[in-house]
Amino acid sequence: MYKILKAEFIAPNVKSFLIEAPHIARKRQAGQFIILRVHEKGERIPITIADSNASEGWINIIVQGLGKTSIHLNTLEAGDHLQDLVGPLGQPTHIENWGTLVCISGGVGTAESLPIAAAGKAAGNRVISIIGARNKDLLIAEAQMAEVVDEVRISTDDGSAGRHGLVTDVLQDLIDEGVTPDMIVAIGPLPMMAAVANQTREMNIPTMVSLNAIMVDGTGMCGACRATVGGKTVFVCVDGPEFDGHQVNFQELGMRQRMYKKQEAESHQCFLEKQMKKVKAEQLVEEGA
Amino acid sequence: MKRTPPQSFNTVPMKERLTLPRQAMPEQDATARAGNFLEVNLGLTAEQAVLEAQRCIECKSPTCMDGCPVNIKIPDFIQLICKEDFLAAAEKIKEDSSLPAVCGRVCPQEVQCEQTCVVGKRFRPVAIGNLERFVADYAMQHGNGASTGPEKPQPSGQKVAIVGSGPAGLAAASDLIKEGHEVTVYEALHEYGGVLVYGIPEFRLPKAILRQEVANLEALGVKFIKNFIIGRTMTLQELFAEEGFDSVFLGLGAGLPRFMNIAGENLNGVYSANEFLTRSNLMRGYDFPEWDTPLHRAKHAIIVGGGNTAMDAVRTAKRLGAEEASIVYRRSEEEMPARNEEIHHAKEEGVNFMNLVNPIEFIGDEEGNVIAAKCLRMELGEPDESGRRRPVPMPGSEFTIEADVVVIAVGNGSNPLIAQTTPEIQVNKWGNIVADEDGRTSMEGVFAGGDIVTGGATVILAMGAGRKAAAAINEYLKEKVGS
Repeated sequence: MYKILKAEFIAPNVKSFLIEAPHIARKRQAGQFIILRVHEKGERIPITIADSNASEGWINIIVQGLGKTSIHLNTLEAGDHLQDLVGPLGQPTHIENWGTLVCISGGVGTAESLPIAAAGKAAGNRVISIIGARNKDLLIAEAQMAEVVDEVRISTDDGSAGRHGLVTDVLQDLIDEGVTPDMIVAIGPLPMMAAVANQTREMNIPTMVSLNAIMVDGTGMCGACRATVGGKTVFVCVDGPEFDGHQVNFQELGMRQRMYKKQEAESHQCFLEKQMKKVKAEQLVEEGA
Repeated sequence: MKRTPPQSFNTVPMKERLTLPRQAMPEQDATARAGNFLEVNLGLTAEQAVLEAQRCIECKSPTCMDGCPVNIKIPDFIQLICKEDFLAAAEKIKEDSSLPAVCGRVCPQEVQCEQTCVVGKRFRPVAIGNLERFVADYAMQHGNGASTGPEKPQPSGQKVAIVGSGPAGLAAASDLIKEGHEVTVYEALHEYGGVLVYGIPEFRLPKAILRQEVANLEALGVKFIKNFIIGRTMTLQELFAEEGFDSVFLGLGAGLPRFMNIAGENLNGVYSANEFLTRSNLMRGYDFPEWDTPLHRAKHAIIVGGGNTAMDAVRTAKRLGAEEASIVYRRSEEEMPARNEEIHHAKEEGVNFMNLVNPIEFIGDEEGNVIAAKCLRMELGEPDESGRRRPVPMPGSEFTIEADVVVIAVGNGSNPLIAQTTPEIQVNKWGNIVADEDGRTSMEGVFAGGDIVTGGATVILAMGAGRKAAAAINEYLKEKVGS
């Protein structure tokens, strides 16, 4: 069992966890992920490690409640335990001094791109961060990002913070202002990464994306996470998770991510019903007392 | 090596023994079992076991033992069954095999001990596998599973790490703990057993049996650590330098599924056998949504391949409710690598066999779900390097079959994790770790065995390799102390 040291919501439906994991904390590098199970009948899900502290022996993950497992996970508090936790998995991010590095992120991807932005800065790059969100309340980690990069730019779909528009609009603004990115790292929802890759392909700017695929073991044994990159099948867990965004077949990956949509809805419904029963039972006990 | 024949307890006169019929393994009814995940074979009764043991003609040179990769003293344990001392029979097997309840179930005895059984030359061979299973189960039920043998060994003060808790690792751990070494088994997944837990289905090997075997090893003092990946959580070098291990055994398994590299293979509903079986076995997808891991339940499932894994997958698909579950195999039944028993069981359960057929493309709908497979009919040509006749496509034979789940069961490559992070370990062009007869690798103190060395093989061969390596590790550790 793996103890949760700290748990707090950092945006609606988005929770940050510090988890006791000394071995993983010691080995983990930017871009790597873990696989966890919440409970003994749970599924195995991959989550990117946002931060870690080797001397204190913890890792930090940021979880957006989307399906049954992540919603269940987000009900856990400090002092609770995870059933299983394994890692660090995947190839670490390749970092070098490219010149100007633009880190584009959306949703919880911002927390995940923080260590890459920091490592990029440490390697000598000029780092510009572009953060996108649906609205102001859903922005996360922009303050931490501001501490490690040269400049942060924000876009929101509704204009409640930063530029009214998408991250691709901000990237266009940058380029129009005369900035020439030497490297772009895009981490976030699949449509965002696909849009960035499409935009930068024409401009011939190298673009790295971090793919999130459905996984089971995470060590190359099952092949659930396969994706097509450059016309070849890769396993995201051992060959990635980072790939050349211009080579990724995003359409196929999108379809693969929706493979269990129906079952996920059923599982979620099942979970909600169980939670309702639990709440009702607790109410009954209270009324009885 | 000269061996003393065991004392005979067989009361049946020699002449009559050959007239005794081979005892049939009681099985769950075929129609009922195709709808559940309970074990198919129910096990011999004690009466049956004694009758079967009495069929042994006590050969002076027992060739059955030569057929066993770990040389279990088969005549000896059979005599103890005749004596009805089943616990002693179990002890006898345990002198040579650490997982009798597993091997009694999954070993291909028909090409090992039972193939070399002398009775089998004219009659049906003694059912050695069924007898092994009987005594192992008996010992488990009667609380003698964790026997430590005659006495606890003197601690050697030396530490051995076992990487992987599959058959090779468990066998090595079992032998090394008996030599007094401190043994720690590292497992990447959240349950112990490797392929025995993620690959082999409940209906062939109940998880409870495996857990008991692991518990027995724990009782002997073996330490188990799960969710720990050597090569990621800790490197092989660190096991020596920081954790103070004196030797390491790598029993990683094959564990990198092969695909066919044909169009449509990444459609939703196309699985590797490893994924399909892992979702069902390890993650208990067959109990979804009570258990969280989803798994597609097919109407028409096709499984590509003809090995034991393909049989496990097709029988799983059937149990998940497929109206039609078919094996698609490019050669004929004669060339199928699967055990006869598995093929037979699959047929009984209503599995459809499409032999001499090979898929060339999978077709999907607009949401990316597989709906059909385009196939070619094959015929057998000249023998290839494997000695089997090469399947050749028949021109103009293309046809399409419906399929909403496809499972690719065409074998495994080797897992790259250790090789990626340990340049000292030499691998061959297929990625298998290079090791000598005794499992010695190119890195000092590191031994390897099982599928990671040989490529995909059987449970008992992996166990045999684990035991050979354990003996070599033991020698290595003795020399290390001496020097």
